Amino acid sequence: MSDNLRDSYQVTNPRPLTNFFHAVWAVVWKDISAELRSRELISAMFVFSLLVILIFNFALELDARARENVTAGVIWVTFAFAGTLGLNRSMSMEKDRGCLDGLLLAPVDRSAIYFGKAIGNLIFMFLVEIIVLPIYTVLYNVNLFVPGLIITIILGSLGYVAVGTLLSTMAIQARTRDILLPILLFPLVIPVLLAAVKASSGFLQGVSYDEISPWLNILIVYDVIFTAIAYMVFDYVVEE
Amino acid sequence: MIKVRRLVKRYGSKPVLRGLDFDVLSGEFVALLGPNGVGKTTLLRILASLSKPMSGEVFIAGFRLPSQAAAVRRRLGVVSHQPLLYGDLTAEENLRFYGRMYSVSNLENRIDKVLALIGLSRRRRDLVRTFSRGMQQRLAIGRAVLHDPEVMLLDEPHTGLDQDACAMLNHVLGEVAARGRTVVMTSHDLSVAGNLATRFDILSHGKIAASVQRSEIDPDGLMAYYRKIVNEV
Repeated sequence: MSDNLRDSYQVTNPRPLTNFFHAVWAVVWKDISAELRSRELISAMFVFSLLVILIFNFALELDARARENVTAGVIWVTFAFAGTLGLNRSMSMEKDRGCLDGLLLAPVDRSAIYFGKAIGNLIFMFLVEIIVLPIYTVLYNVNLFVPGLIITIILGSLGYVAVGTLLSTMAIQARTRDILLPILLFPLVIPVLLAAVKASSGFLQGVSYDEISPWLNILIVYDVIFTAIAYMVFDYVVEE
Repeated sequence: MIKVRRLVKRYGSKPVLRGLDFDVLSGEFVALLGPNGVGKTTLLRILASLSKPMSGEVFIAGFRLPSQAAAVRRRLGVVSHQPLLYGDLTAEENLRFYGRMYSVSNLENRIDKVLALIGLSRRRRDLVRTFSRGMQQRLAIGRAVLHDPEVMLLDEPHTGLDQDACAMLNHVLGEVAARGRTVVMTSHDLSVAGNLATRFDILSHGKIAASVQRSEIDPDGLMAYYRKIVNEV
């Protein structure tokens, strides 16, 4: 190789922790940059979410009281299905042109790839939620800007994405990946969805915090456990 | 530089590699030849730490796979059938991403030099999905040499390239070899392999059936030798 290609650079070997965070940030930056160009993931999730809340709005023909009762269920159904779309798209981007192999060839702890993908997925999910909540508020005339509900949505999304990123990595290796992800994912996120719907419903109906706190605790414990499991098993999941 | 002993790999009940032994010295350019389905890609994927063998030992640059995979991966540059590039990122963004994953210092400077080497400086801000197959493969080579690896693993790098793209690829590979880097390349095209490699290993029935140095055989004789070995085995 020519001499001028040789000079003034080297592969640095920083401390493993620094290397780990550099890799996580690199994956997040890459996902956000690619999405800003294509807008495929966000637009698919957003259009799907919009259609779901519109269909529920017209199909159920609810009075004011009933609207408040079903709101928690409708928003979590919307987020769960839109999230599946996003997870599938996020990992299929890695499958195109063999990019997953490119990631796996990098000399970093493979859990850095998991955390990078999970943070990217979480950002996209939050973006869709930020857009959908005001639209829902207008369509259903229900105020969703309740601090407790926002915390519930953050905790629920964290758990959903923690499991979803791991399972979408597994599903992407299969030929039937589009149908495999929901089949694998929904049974595992039942505790998250159940706890999130109960906590959300509690906050919307003004139930006391003592009644809601067990559901929030379930969400926190689920988030911690499944993030830890994903951290431990990701290397095996991506192994051929 | 590369030492493989008694390597065994099966897909289901189908054995692909059957106790394969394989050695590559530092600075050698080895062409792995053989018919389709003989295990060339499988061997390369195991060397690249993308696949685990059922049994056997693999050492690269003195590090053992899979237990020291991160140390091995730092020393590897891999070019596969697919370019391993993101279509929605530009050429320089792809290199920047991989440079960050490999913690390459002076990254912007390095990206400039690699783009110049592969002749894509003028297209650096174009999206990869707008590139031809040949341009994507050139960028894939750029991605693979970005961190100046000691060992290059190339899986059919000339597949689908036109003559100009092949010539450009050969030029880059020639420069890599001239720097004393170790290269293992699988190829169907004996004429391409014959011009680049210093040694030819013929893979058949999951083992290295024959190995011949370039100095021991003329380019015209390589085809006859290859046919003889493949038909014999």
